Amino acid sequence: MILTINGKQEAVERPVTLDALVAAKGLCPEKIVVEHNFCIVSKEDWPKIMLGDKDMIEIISFVGGG
Amino acid sequence: MEDLLALGGRQVKNRLLIGTGKFSGYPLMQKALEAARPDIVTVALRRVDIGAKEDNILEYIPKSCVLMANTSGARNADEAIRIARLAKAAGTGNWIKIEVVQDNKYLLPDNLETLKAVEILVKEGFIVLPYMSPDLSMARRMADAGAAAVMPLGSPIGSNRGVKTRELVEILVREIKVPVIVDAGLGSPSDACECMEMGCAAVLVNTAIAIARDPAVMAQAFSEAVRAGRLAYLAGLASSGDRASASSPLTGFLRDETR
Repeated sequence: MILTINGKQEAVERPVTLDALVAAKGLCPEKIVVEHNFCIVSKEDWPKIMLGDKDMIEIISFVGGG
Repeated sequence: MEDLLALGGRQVKNRLLIGTGKFSGYPLMQKALEAARPDIVTVALRRVDIGAKEDNILEYIPKSCVLMANTSGARNADEAIRIARLAKAAGTGNWIKIEVVQDNKYLLPDNLETLKAVEILVKEGFIVLPYMSPDLSMARRMADAGAAAVMPLGSPIGSNRGVKTRELVEILVREIKVPVIVDAGLGSPSDACECMEMGCAAVLVNTAIAIARDPAVMAQAFSEAVRAGRLAYLAGLASSGDRASASSPLTGFLRDETR
């Protein structure tokens, strides 16, 4: 299945939860916020979201800005 | 009595708000924030660069600061609203600086889209501070929509040109009931001081501090300039005139008046 993560397409072999994807990417959950198909998903709900083909995921964090 | 700014339900002590962009490193930014001790700092939201080991900026911002995310990158109201909701979900509270820009050359804000975002986000419970061009009608509409303050630009973002919009900002200061905070373009502490002498409630500075040779000392310089300008405004500036007005008495001169 193909996921679009931060605008880039990526092939994933077997179904994963949002939780597992974040862990596989080595991201620290405390510093990010995640959108799944344009809906913000709270961290408690990450394990409940099973990702499907053509899903869009945005992973966002704070940076310096004025 | 202490001179505090009532803003977004808080009593703000330091009228210098600081932006966290463009510093050459987070430790340097941290030193600048520790030197100026702002109550409010701005941050931005961006896609994570997956694979790159990025430091967490929040660890370098004193816990006492209110974090205000900006919506930079938004080109319309919908995008600004999306970013605001993401910022809130990220757990930094409900302060948001609305920034809607389509013009990449001057980074001038789109007041109409900004107003639309203000209307919706205020209803969602955000404390909303719109970055805007200093237009009286739009500023009134922003305030009526529930903006906590209005943030007119002094000159284009990062240009360090000072308060080129002075006469328009002065009108806002006189007419708008919510705090007027000059945001963008302030290049030197004297620019910030000028805004405060005019009666602005606060200023927001980023580039001029971040790219200074010594950001911590520059942050302190801005902080003191803001304080000086504020005191001057409270004290009441003397009027200016075209002719001289002697400071010393014009009587009792040590000379013979008959000659």
